[in-house]
Amino acid sequence: MTTVQSAVVVKPTRPWLAKPSQRLQSVGVFLLALAISYGVVAVTPMKGKLAYAAIFFIAFTALDYLLSYFTLGKSAAKDVVARGFIVSGMVIVTAPILSILVTVLLRGYKGIHASMFTTDMRASSMNDPVASGGLMHALIGTFLMVAIALIISVPLGILTALYLTEIRGRFTKPIAFLVQAMSGVPSIVAGLFILSALIYTVAHAYSGIMGSLALSILMIPTIARTSEEVLLLIPPDLREAGVALGGTQWRTVALVVVPAARSGLVTAMILGIARVAGETAPLLLVAGGSDQNNLNPFHGPMASLPYYVWKAYSFGSIESVRRAWAGILVLLVIVLVLFTAARFLSARKGK
Amino acid sequence: MTNPEESEKDMDTVTPSSLASVASGTGKKRSPGTEALGVGLEARGIHAWFEQKHVLSDISLDFWSGTVTALIGPSGCGKSTFIRTLNRMHEFIPGAAMAGQVLLDGKDIYESGTDVTKIRLKVGMVFQKPNPFPSMTIAENVLAGLKLAQLKVENKDDLLEECLERAGLWSEVKDRLSAYGGSLSGGQQQRLCIARSLAVRPQVLLMDEPCSALDPGSTLRIEETISQLSSTMTIIIVTHNMQQAARVSDYTAFFLSDGGPGQMVEVGPTGEIFSRPKDKRTENYVTGRFG
Repeated sequence: MTTVQSAVVVKPTRPWLAKPSQRLQSVGVFLLALAISYGVVAVTPMKGKLAYAAIFFIAFTALDYLLSYFTLGKSAAKDVVARGFIVSGMVIVTAPILSILVTVLLRGYKGIHASMFTTDMRASSMNDPVASGGLMHALIGTFLMVAIALIISVPLGILTALYLTEIRGRFTKPIAFLVQAMSGVPSIVAGLFILSALIYTVAHAYSGIMGSLALSILMIPTIARTSEEVLLLIPPDLREAGVALGGTQWRTVALVVVPAARSGLVTAMILGIARVAGETAPLLLVAGGSDQNNLNPFHGPMASLPYYVWKAYSFGSIESVRRAWAGILVLLVIVLVLFTAARFLSARKGK
Repeated sequence: MTNPEESEKDMDTVTPSSLASVASGTGKKRSPGTEALGVGLEARGIHAWFEQKHVLSDISLDFWSGTVTALIGPSGCGKSTFIRTLNRMHEFIPGAAMAGQVLLDGKDIYESGTDVTKIRLKVGMVFQKPNPFPSMTIAENVLAGLKLAQLKVENKDDLLEECLERAGLWSEVKDRLSAYGGSLSGGQQQRLCIARSLAVRPQVLLMDEPCSALDPGSTLRIEETISQLSSTMTIIIVTHNMQQAARVSDYTAFFLSDGGPGQMVEVGPTGEIFSRPKDKRTENYVTGRFG
């Protein structure tokens, strides 16, 4: 046993992996838990899918605990239970997201056709067959309003974050508090604010820019808070090194701190976009909504994807509901593409 | 422990002449005529506080051009705080206060109306932890000071090569100057930081335990770098490594805190501090009996 022939070629092994017998035990526990949940539902008055899931979870955890307790000991058994809770937490959180994605895909793809990206709804009704008309006007509206909101919010949000992390002036605490409170503002309040402060008093008309302003109110706190957290992660040594090289504070921030935080700041931007891209209520109040292309954000009502979805869905016919699902799918794909692109861009050069 | 009169004497302001007279004895690698370069930096009666806590008391010390001065002493005795007062980095810490004068070319760097960024250009600093700028390449890191301080330079490539050469890093990185600074090893990163400090041509270089995070090989390279640099500039190095102080420095100052603010117990040529220190406490420290 103890002497090993030197000529033997040693094969790489993974002794820490489960052996077949252990796997069999795990499968046994799984099946037993399944049987118990089936039996309990059959016998007791607890019924429904949720009952199966809950009883299965309890039974599986208990059996797994007992198995580990007798094979490995108490602390290993506790570890197994903790892992069980963490895994089920992950499942509970991701299941709805996957469910949403799958539902949107399955229901939305039927309404997708090439001409929907090149036509608007001025000549068609929501109740017409899906192939007539399209959501180009909504795409243009969402794109323009979110882009303008981004142009307004990114500088303001990042400058606010820089004030909170780099200048640390006397107002740091109240501003941090305000930003936090602002990020919880219901979106309709942002719409009502623009409506009463700008539309009733100055503009007297719906327009895309009003929508952008309302979206900015929602976007700035998100960008400011995320940027603040990212900037706080930049080690203070870098700031000291920049200043010790004869840089002013402003040049150190611009040349050292912000570039070091670049990928995080891009993430802040994405989160800002994600926060507002699906907003419906404020846009309904201040951008109106329309059925035709409007390329001028400063004049005339403007449609948006969420508005298109809301309007199509409210018609209630088979064709219009199909349009609504297609609209949701387009919105989802746009947000996902933006997300991936920004991730890719920020990961490419930043370290 | 020691008689008060003796420590009193050691606490006295060390004037250039008194330092020069002791230095002419056993300075490790002093060449004749070094004194002609004059005093690079003078600290006069430096005190420092953090909030109400008095951390450094009455340090007066002259640093000669073309020499290396090592500051030794146990942790918490104020060595780092002291060198941070020499290029006005001390004021970066909230709640910091100080008293005294730091004379650079005969002018107090704390005088009102002084452009602090110009001071930091003349008195460069290398930190304990290597801190290359993560968003910049090796070449950009070296030249970062020019951009930060908005300096113009005739030939950037020459300066780049010169600084990396002086920091002892050129041969290792010359083929990958456009790689990111973070891709280097810890020792190389620290030499990159030294090259970065050299690019703005400081008269004085402060080094705050530059080798504490490095392996012996990298430490050796940096010590060689210090020796090469010392002929043209004033170097002040904080170190916990007694052998390092003995190897690289011409003068050594011993700092100590007895629970109160840190004080300078003794300063003199490195050879004397290590072979026949005047103060018992210095002797105990350098021989490893405490600290």
